Amino acid sequence: MVGWLQDNGLLLGLAALDGLAYAALVFMVAVGLNLVFGVLRIVNVAHGSLFAIGAYTAASLGLFFASQGLPPLAGYFALVLAAALVGALLGPLIERFLLRRIYGHEEVLQLLVTFALFMILEDVQKLVWGVQPVSQDLPMTYLGTIDVPFGDDVIPFTKYQLFVLPGIAVATLVGLALFLRRTLAGRMIVAVTADKEAATAMGIDATRIMLLTFTAGAALAALGGALASPTTSLVPGVGAQTIVLSFAVVATAGLGQIEGAALTSLMMGLGRSVAVYFAPEFEVVVPYLIMVAVLLVRPQGLFGVLETRRV
Amino acid sequence: MTQELSRRALMGATAGSLLLAGGNAGAQQKPSELRVGITTFLSGPASVFGVPSKQMAELLFEQVNAQGGIGGIPVKPYFVDEAPGTEHLVGEYRRLVQNEGVHVMFASISSGSCLACTPLSDEMRKTTLLWDCGTQRIFEEGKHPFAFRTQGFGTPEVLAPLLYLLKHKPDFKSIAVINQDYAWGRDSWELWKTAMDVLKPGVRVVAEMFPRLGATDYSTEVTRLLASRPEVILTTSWGGDLVTLVRQAAERRLFERSTFVMPVAEASLQLLGKTVPAGHVIGARGDHWNNHPKPKDPAKLAKFVDGYRARYNEYPIYPCHHMAQAISALQAGYAKAIAAKGGGWPNDQELANAFRGLTFDTPTSTITLREDGQGLEDQIVGLSSFNDKFPFAVPKDMIMFPAAMVSTPVGMKSVDWLKTLTPAILAQTPAPI
Repeated sequence: MVGWLQDNGLLLGLAALDGLAYAALVFMVAVGLNLVFGVLRIVNVAHGSLFAIGAYTAASLGLFFASQGLPPLAGYFALVLAAALVGALLGPLIERFLLRRIYGHEEVLQLLVTFALFMILEDVQKLVWGVQPVSQDLPMTYLGTIDVPFGDDVIPFTKYQLFVLPGIAVATLVGLALFLRRTLAGRMIVAVTADKEAATAMGIDATRIMLLTFTAGAALAALGGALASPTTSLVPGVGAQTIVLSFAVVATAGLGQIEGAALTSLMMGLGRSVAVYFAPEFEVVVPYLIMVAVLLVRPQGLFGVLETRRV
Repeated sequence: MTQELSRRALMGATAGSLLLAGGNAGAQQKPSELRVGITTFLSGPASVFGVPSKQMAELLFEQVNAQGGIGGIPVKPYFVDEAPGTEHLVGEYRRLVQNEGVHVMFASISSGSCLACTPLSDEMRKTTLLWDCGTQRIFEEGKHPFAFRTQGFGTPEVLAPLLYLLKHKPDFKSIAVINQDYAWGRDSWELWKTAMDVLKPGVRVVAEMFPRLGATDYSTEVTRLLASRPEVILTTSWGGDLVTLVRQAAERRLFERSTFVMPVAEASLQLLGKTVPAGHVIGARGDHWNNHPKPKDPAKLAKFVDGYRARYNEYPIYPCHHMAQAISALQAGYAKAIAAKGGGWPNDQELANAFRGLTFDTPTSTITLREDGQGLEDQIVGLSSFNDKFPFAVPKDMIMFPAAMVSTPVGMKSVDWLKTLTPAILAQTPAPI
């Protein structure tokens, strides 16, 4: 084992850098899903669509800004603006007119409704952006690359993936943790998450909290998509792939657990990257193997807490 | 009484059916419209192929109908989405034939779809033109008297780029592959590896990677390719997958370290603009480059390209050419069948008979359908380059590989045939055009 590590230490180092960037993107999407589930108690299948629409919107805005001759930095503004727009427009719309009607209903119905919304939004994407791949990589290319030493060689990494993505993910994690624990609005969210009835009895407007939480979750999904957009090309179906992995992260982390989502994303990102180097056949399955392994030991997830049955 | 009538009716129906089945050569009533069922991807990642080809079909059928249709009747297409999967597609195929009464089927983009539809063509005795799928298994693992592929197939589409590489970069010693994890990705690597092992034994394979179909991030794979430094990187990926891979690879200077071979690149080059650097091997699953250096009829190719651009504001990609080939075959097949019947309208069997050995024009050349139903399509491979005419990479130093040179002979399986090749085949490679 020690010998293997000595032989492959450099490759493991590269895998760690790749895994970090991948984990950052996964976390951005999963954390929104986790937050929404914690408060609304709805598994939102349409979360993947919000990711995709955020990505498409960011790419379109970036292309528009570039066509207007704005400086490359405007591309970064496009990423944030896209997330804000999608969150502010679609979030309240979906929560107010769709989800609010199915709170407290059977989980099967909730799944079907959000799945139907997902399908509708998939078609909306095709109507608006077509089916050909859409790309806007200026935010990534603008920063250029950095050469990481690899023995006698160097491996170029994009600064965007090495610094920007993990940086924003860490900032989101810290910001969310502080917001939830140190601010009144955050504590109200935590209270509704823990016990909606008790929180309502204490005078918290749970309906408003749920609206705000879903809007924030939608914005986080859109931000995840927007941040991913410079690194990839957007095609129909991109939302579906994202949501499946996000569900795995949420289930492994424990429903409603922000820090758990971060740790799980990191585990899955690193696991996947190591697999690409040493067992590429397992690349796809590694995140789910991690999920199964965790749930076998802790069915409530890494950070989840067992709920006592209420009578 | 009721029972007696039923028995008589049954006997009558049976006798009628037998007469129809056995003596089908009699008068066949000319329909009021020619109904064509077309399976293609209208959703999902492969809709990058399916939607442009649907657009091309609509454009061409409009033109055909404006000129009087086929055999004097208008053509009406029925489009079906392949994306929901083969079970759904099989149901749709049956529905189109039995309920809508389509006269001919066009199937499909996915090889899995074609493998599901060809047995149906046998069962329902319905002429089916395999208009885009590439799997070599169709005609190598069975006989399908009502199925005809109006373009090339996987083996020549892989062998031609390999031969080109062996001409262009004969001394390469290491290779890596990064293909999509599904039938085409795996099959194309098997074909490439089999041929490479006999034509240039000893090449070291430093990485075999098969990321899932529709992957949105290749940064880890790119890092591994950068670290393993293969001289050649093969990828038969397509669509958004290829666009993402190329963008990430280009940004991290992977194209400076390795020569890429991309047999399916043509469909993505417009989207990639200047991202694909010059000097890498690119293919088009046939000879249908929009800058084809020697088309059979230059005016026809120009009209084809310009017509599509005028309508859709983009260049036609290879699935558009494949759709045009199927429609051209449809016209030629009906013309031949009607002529063979002295002007009468052909039944299903007569129509299928007409397709065997049929030669038809394409926007760039002509294709002949072999006795097994497989089309013989030349392959043009070249090096990515830039000129003033196109805002994206197009091939230069093109070599046109004759279909007969790179296609598995009738009755052989591709892997077995590739093992029989010798380096002497390189001497047969034509000069660049």
